[in-house]
Amino acid sequence: MEEKKKTTVDIDEALYRPIYETGKGFYITVGVLLMIILFAAFMYIRQVYYGLGVTGMNQPVTWGFYIVNFVFFIGISHAGTLISAILRLSKAEWRRPITRMAEVITAIVLAIGGLHPIIDLGRPDRVLNIFTAGRLQSPLLWDVTSITAYFTASTVYLYLPMIPDIAKLRDRGGKLRWFYDFLSWGWQGTEHQKKVLNRAINILMVMVIPIAVSVHTVISYIFSMTLQPGWHSTIFGPYFVVGAIFSGIAALLIVMIAFRKFFHLENYLKLIHFRYLSTLLLIMSLLWFYFTFSEYLTGIFGAEPHEMDVILYKMTGPYAIFFWGMVICNFIIPVIVLSFKKFKTIKGILFASITVVIGMWLERLNIVIPSLANPRLELSTGMYFPSLTEWSLFIGALAVFVLGYVLFSKFFPIISIWEIEEGREESIKEVEERVKSYLPGPAGTTE
Amino acid sequence: MPKWAMVIDLDKCTGCGDCMAACKVENNVAIVSPEQAEENRVMFWMDMMTIYEGEYPNIKVTRIPKPCYHCDNPPCIKVCPVHATYINPEGLVGQIYHRCIGCRYCMAACPYTAKVFNWYEPEWADEFKTCMNPDVSLRMKGVVEKCSFCAHRLQHVKEDADAEDRPINDGEYMPACAESCPADAIFFGDLENKESKVYKLSRSPRAFKELEDLGTEPKVIYLSKRE
Repeated sequence: MEEKKKTTVDIDEALYRPIYETGKGFYITVGVLLMIILFAAFMYIRQVYYGLGVTGMNQPVTWGFYIVNFVFFIGISHAGTLISAILRLSKAEWRRPITRMAEVITAIVLAIGGLHPIIDLGRPDRVLNIFTAGRLQSPLLWDVTSITAYFTASTVYLYLPMIPDIAKLRDRGGKLRWFYDFLSWGWQGTEHQKKVLNRAINILMVMVIPIAVSVHTVISYIFSMTLQPGWHSTIFGPYFVVGAIFSGIAALLIVMIAFRKFFHLENYLKLIHFRYLSTLLLIMSLLWFYFTFSEYLTGIFGAEPHEMDVILYKMTGPYAIFFWGMVICNFIIPVIVLSFKKFKTIKGILFASITVVIGMWLERLNIVIPSLANPRLELSTGMYFPSLTEWSLFIGALAVFVLGYVLFSKFFPIISIWEIEEGREESIKEVEERVKSYLPGPAGTTE
Repeated sequence: MPKWAMVIDLDKCTGCGDCMAACKVENNVAIVSPEQAEENRVMFWMDMMTIYEGEYPNIKVTRIPKPCYHCDNPPCIKVCPVHATYINPEGLVGQIYHRCIGCRYCMAACPYTAKVFNWYEPEWADEFKTCMNPDVSLRMKGVVEKCSFCAHRLQHVKEDADAEDRPINDGEYMPACAESCPADAIFFGDLENKESKVYKLSRSPRAFKELEDLGTEPKVIYLSKRE
């Protein structure tokens, strides 16, 4: 028994290595990221001091990058918990090396995205007014509620499956023993503990799916509850959710490819994982196009004048480059790359994923700005140029994301070790039995 | 309960912009620098829409004064997360500057683009600082503001009427824009009072409201033979 345990640890040694071996690259990365974040923090403090005038926002374009990035980041956060929950729920065995990474994306990006509306406030000092004087009738309060719920659920959902791995780190001894000891919550791997853990994970994964769907639906409600042309649309809820999962899968693929390269995880993240996940990306791309097509066709066919102002602003006006760029990035490139096996290599998938992330960001830009820039009354059409402050906070937010990921992978295994072990030890037999149970039994028997 | 409404006769309006100036002085509306104005951050509670039709040299210019429309069904108050904008029983849509968190959701939701935002700490020229209206509170940076139908004037009128134990007379409560209009194109009064001038004008066949089909029920009524 002792002997066996030792060998399994050795098999997965590659997953422990990044935690114990710290290279020069790590310190340089963290240093550079911290510098970017400090600069962004400085720009934000400057914004609080002088007022929102330091941004590029104006009248009528009263929302800019902050709201665009808010919608974008919360969209990315759907990578994680939702995908991992769906894969767990559907018993997809290939999920095992992916789920942890996906859940970490959610936790980090949700924290970043959730901060964006606060960055956007003219009076951040009064943010607690939403608790003392909050109106639950306001879609913004629905957001506060559902994002808080999602953040709580997804961090717990990230943490619970980590407990056995943290216990492994604790048992290995070495650095930060007290830290792992505390976080592992006395995990000994007994039958009872395993049963309880599995039940908790099962309950959470079912719970987390409706919460995740509600989050992006409610974010779309911020826009669709108003009467503004281009926003007041009934399909916005599902449209946003589809876009969120779409960009989430793309972000997940990018992260997977990055870790595969830097941590040398080729043995764990195989081409098959990328192929399966990118098929999902292709499906979401088609679904995204279907929604986009329906949304704009109904607008153009009905040709209501104010609606047309916004659509023409996007298609032929100042936003044409962003609109058609979005179509190319979200539909044309991914469909071409992911439809042919020839292009479906790691590099091809990385390229398609990057364009999808850019394209989905452009989509958020296309939704937020043109509707604001075209007031209904006979006022001049607005224009929006983000300022240095907004760019640095954008880049700062990306830096926080990368830093969060780098630090996480420094302290915890980025691939769930115990789930891989479980896959090796139990699932092969289990899957065989499961497949047998799908097949018809001996002739004449019924259940 | 009265319901305060404004009628703007566009056939009388010369587009001189006096209402805009009177409003700015009356309500201590900040004056932004020319550079800020270039960036579309001008603050007007009473704005002026200018529509150019035709081609040079045959241009037709239409100017339409645009205050807050004080909708009976205001899209702005529905979305406010903190109750910083509200409609009172007399139909006035108000803004609580000290509660506003500056999320600008009300500005995004207003179909009439009636609200303005304090992008920086508001500033006034030295000459203005000596003649601020003491009845109107000054705003701070980071909050939304808009036309209040000069609600502070209503307070004075109410006090006078209460002291003399009589109802408010038609034409007694006038916002600064209506009072200053040299063409006498802006009327103000109680829509519930069938004797009021505003009620009679609102029944005119020339009367229309902006974007009536949205169901916001604005209480600013325009009169025009054109359009």
